[in-house]
Amino acid sequence: MKRIVPLWITAIVGLVLIVSNFLPGTRSWGEEATTWFGIIAAVAFVLGGGSLLKVHLKKISDRNTGWGYSMIVLGTFTATLAVGLFKIGVSPNPGYPDVPWSGDVQGQGTPFWWVYEYVFKPLTATMFAMLAFYIASAAFRAFRAKNFEAMLLLGTAFIILLGRTFAGYFLTSWIPIDGPFSGLRLEELSVYIMQVFNTAGNRAIIIGIALGIAGTSLKILMGLDRSYLGGGD
Amino acid sequence: MKRSSSLLQTRSILAMLAVMVMISSSFAAPPAPTDVVAEDLPADGGGAAIVTWTIPTGVEGLEGFQVWRTEVVSETTARVANERGTALLAIQNQAYQNEYQRLVGVEGVAPEDASMQARAVARQAVIDQQGSVTPTETGPHGRFWVLVDTVSAETSRLQIGKLSPSDEYQFMVYTVAKTADGGVAKSEASAETGMVLPAASGIDVKRLPLFFILLLLCGSVLFFIRWARSGRPITIRKIAGLAAVDEAVGRATEMGRPILYIPGIQDMDDLQTVAGITVLGRVAKTAAEYDARIEVPTSRSLVMSAARETVHSSYLAAGRTDAYNPDLIYYVTDEQFGYTAYASGLIVREKPAACFYMGCFFAESLILAETGNSVGAIQIAGTAMPSQLPFFVAACDYTLIGEEFFAASAYLSGEPDQLGSLKGQDMGKVIVGAVLIIGCLIATVAVATGSESLMHAVDWFKGSVLSA
Amino acid sequence: MNLIDRMANLDRRWIFLMMGLAVGIPIIVIGITGKTLPEEPTPLAQAAFDVLDDLDPGSRILMAWDFDPASEGELGPMATSFIRQCAQKGHRMYFIALWPVGAQMIRSSTSRVIGGYYPDLVYGKDWVDLGFKAGNEAVIKTIVTDFAQYFPTDARGTSVDAIPMMEGISSLADFDALVNASAGYPGSKEWVLYAATPLKKPLVIGCTGVQAPQMYPYVPNQVQGLLGAIKGAAEYESIVNKWVRSEQLLDALESGGITEPASSELAARFTANPTEASTWTTEAAAAAMSPESKTKLIEIATAPIPGIFLEAQRRMGPQLVAHLLMIGLIIAGNIVFFATRRRGGSQ
Repeated sequence: MKRIVPLWITAIVGLVLIVSNFLPGTRSWGEEATTWFGIIAAVAFVLGGGSLLKVHLKKISDRNTGWGYSMIVLGTFTATLAVGLFKIGVSPNPGYPDVPWSGDVQGQGTPFWWVYEYVFKPLTATMFAMLAFYIASAAFRAFRAKNFEAMLLLGTAFIILLGRTFAGYFLTSWIPIDGPFSGLRLEELSVYIMQVFNTAGNRAIIIGIALGIAGTSLKILMGLDRSYLGGGD
Repeated sequence: MKRSSSLLQTRSILAMLAVMVMISSSFAAPPAPTDVVAEDLPADGGGAAIVTWTIPTGVEGLEGFQVWRTEVVSETTARVANERGTALLAIQNQAYQNEYQRLVGVEGVAPEDASMQARAVARQAVIDQQGSVTPTETGPHGRFWVLVDTVSAETSRLQIGKLSPSDEYQFMVYTVAKTADGGVAKSEASAETGMVLPAASGIDVKRLPLFFILLLLCGSVLFFIRWARSGRPITIRKIAGLAAVDEAVGRATEMGRPILYIPGIQDMDDLQTVAGITVLGRVAKTAAEYDARIEVPTSRSLVMSAARETVHSSYLAAGRTDAYNPDLIYYVTDEQFGYTAYASGLIVREKPAACFYMGCFFAESLILAETGNSVGAIQIAGTAMPSQLPFFVAACDYTLIGEEFFAASAYLSGEPDQLGSLKGQDMGKVIVGAVLIIGCLIATVAVATGSESLMHAVDWFKGSVLSA
Repeated sequence: MNLIDRMANLDRRWIFLMMGLAVGIPIIVIGITGKTLPEEPTPLAQAAFDVLDDLDPGSRILMAWDFDPASEGELGPMATSFIRQCAQKGHRMYFIALWPVGAQMIRSSTSRVIGGYYPDLVYGKDWVDLGFKAGNEAVIKTIVTDFAQYFPTDARGTSVDAIPMMEGISSLADFDALVNASAGYPGSKEWVLYAATPLKKPLVIGCTGVQAPQMYPYVPNQVQGLLGAIKGAAEYESIVNKWVRSEQLLDALESGGITEPASSELAARFTANPTEASTWTTEAAAAAMSPESKTKLIEIATAPIPGIFLEAQRRMGPQLVAHLLMIGLIIAGNIVFFATRRRGGSQ
């Protein structure tokens, strides 16, 4: 029973989504199914919040290594939740000054805005900026001209790296921009490589992926692949 | 006196000229099209109608036809609101000007005070007169019309799209012809058509080619599943990344360090996450057999639930339910970089011996894989995100590229049904390859030879299969 | 331990330090000198500009800001320039976001550009912030036919019926062009597949470097203008900056009594070479202009471009040095690889 009900739900909803693509009259059914997923995912958020609290409270009570971090997690989680949920420090909307909680929680100067502007934004930007460092170390370690294909890849990488900066323009600006060899200017060449060679390779991978998705979807709809439910019968 | 008589003469000449122009232009007006009929486009997804008409005969300099449709309710509301807004604004401005001038000029009120008082009067004028403001102008047949398209002189049929499937429409057509003096003359409006509701039909014919492709692909998968069930052998090439699962888990056991499994950062509605959970089942089973600790932080609540269920089943299958700890599969945050920060920190602190990245990844792929590499973990990745594949290839020991990742389930289970579906998928690839080659050939030959029939074939292909 | 061995076992923290310096030093140098590297626009950036330039003033432009603070470094300057071009041209801008923090990105870019440089633009008449809507591509699929279903109010809670510029907007088909700044999913790909292609609407995309290769197949039929990463942003920014200055010069010349075609020719000349404006004003050709008009003209020609409109071009300096460092590291890595292999072979 624990397996059969989810399998039926999967099969029926999957079929509805396929049918709604071909029969215009049933289009709203597909939209309905998508909306339901959104609702369930939102409700499941409570499950996630519960898990977060449980794991970190356990760490704190057991005094596990790094329990101090768990304190920070729980503290910031609770504070942000309270500030956002109860609209703490938010002035009412000027259009509805008598209606409590009518103000914009993200409006400039509110505590929620402050958390976003001075905590969330710099932290997120920092994490993303770390990519530059990791790309450099990965390039140093992994980019080896081991064989002919790798050498081609290396050459392409140099063209793109130079073509996306002023160096590309500086090195090949002597090639006339309206002449027959203008395509050899590094900035033009880098765009050409991305538009032609890269697109061709990407399309091949994408077609393979699309067929993989179609095959896997069919297996799931037919109940042949139950691994996502924990497998077995 | 002489001056006024010459003025009179000029005026009369101008009047005569004007009358002649009017007469000539009224004579030049071409006849309107007749038999204008509109009907809903059959077998479509809604929102389209066909208008047909009879081309009037003997029209000199016929340029083409203009097709117009009636406004829908929302358009009328918007237009009325707009016209009403403009009219009310004019009333307000007029009232303000009058009152301001009276106050300043007649009563000698100071300009600042006059401005304030005039604004109050203007507001009151708007309130008093708003009931009397109604749009008056209408088009032919007492309706408002929207130009749909202008078509050539030979056309007597127009398919109109982008209509609202829930609104009724009427259509009319004008004849447009060139006059002798090089100008353009428009006929009277034709009779309006009956009401047409461009509703959705039972089936959308435009999508039928896509349906046949779907049938073909599914058919080949089902055929090979039956083929495999009948006992015929199906072989699958070795996928290094999946073959290395045992090695990675074994290494973690030997070193006494945990295994980190990251099923991507998307929810269960992404098939990559589903494929990631499938591989997790196998990794967890091996970990249970080897008695290794596996930790699964997730960035979505539903993924956490699915992962717990899968890992539990794996421990059950390995006969080690006692070792299953649901607290090792937990939710972190939906936020992409919050999750990445947590996972990177976990890798640095716990120094897992093996890291698996199986699912949908974005910019965090390289951050995670490089951090894993820095602690010397054996790393296996799998994703169908083409933009992240290069990062995983550079930083991981093994990478399942796109379709290999989706083949994992069949590869790991070895069941005939699953292997058969994989073979069917390969047939799909053959079909796609063949269609690609044929399509490229036809398009190339069409361009090279200028053959109209081949051009039509290419256009049909583009308009039906590729745009469905 | 010789150099090769040391290189082979190089601690990655040295690489991190080099990258830190490669990015940090140019930032400091550019910050002090204010100089930027010249940009030669590619056809893709020019096409992005042309799409918005070819539309009549007052056209309705949907601006979807689907990015977050993490990618603001790449996409923020594009968003700034998109708004600047539309504001200067007199287009009506409708901002929406499919990413939760996209709403903040809208506020940040509009307050900096419109609030700082186009204060005459009226909220609700010239631009409107419709905020974030959850639902990913489902939002796009719905607003293609029914805009009000997802956007009954703006981000401030005002009903769209009370916003003058929302009149006549019933679906995405009512917009003249779509502009999308995208950092991933949902983003540019979804706008191409579910909006621009079925509606055949002009679409301009600004996306991150990682996404750009996925978008090239759609150019030029489904995507008319594509700005990839900070390089695309810098090219577009330089085009917009030149155009805005040229427009301002044209206004100054025409208000000073210089008419077409001389005004256009002069505006182009002064844009290319700002110092020419001061010498020209002393010539006989400028006799018709009043002294105030001449001063204004010289001021416009020589005024420095505000820093907010140079962000992308400034970032090209650190990018240049960082790319050169990457090339150096790859070469060094290969030298180590070949030296080690040769040694292994000889042993």
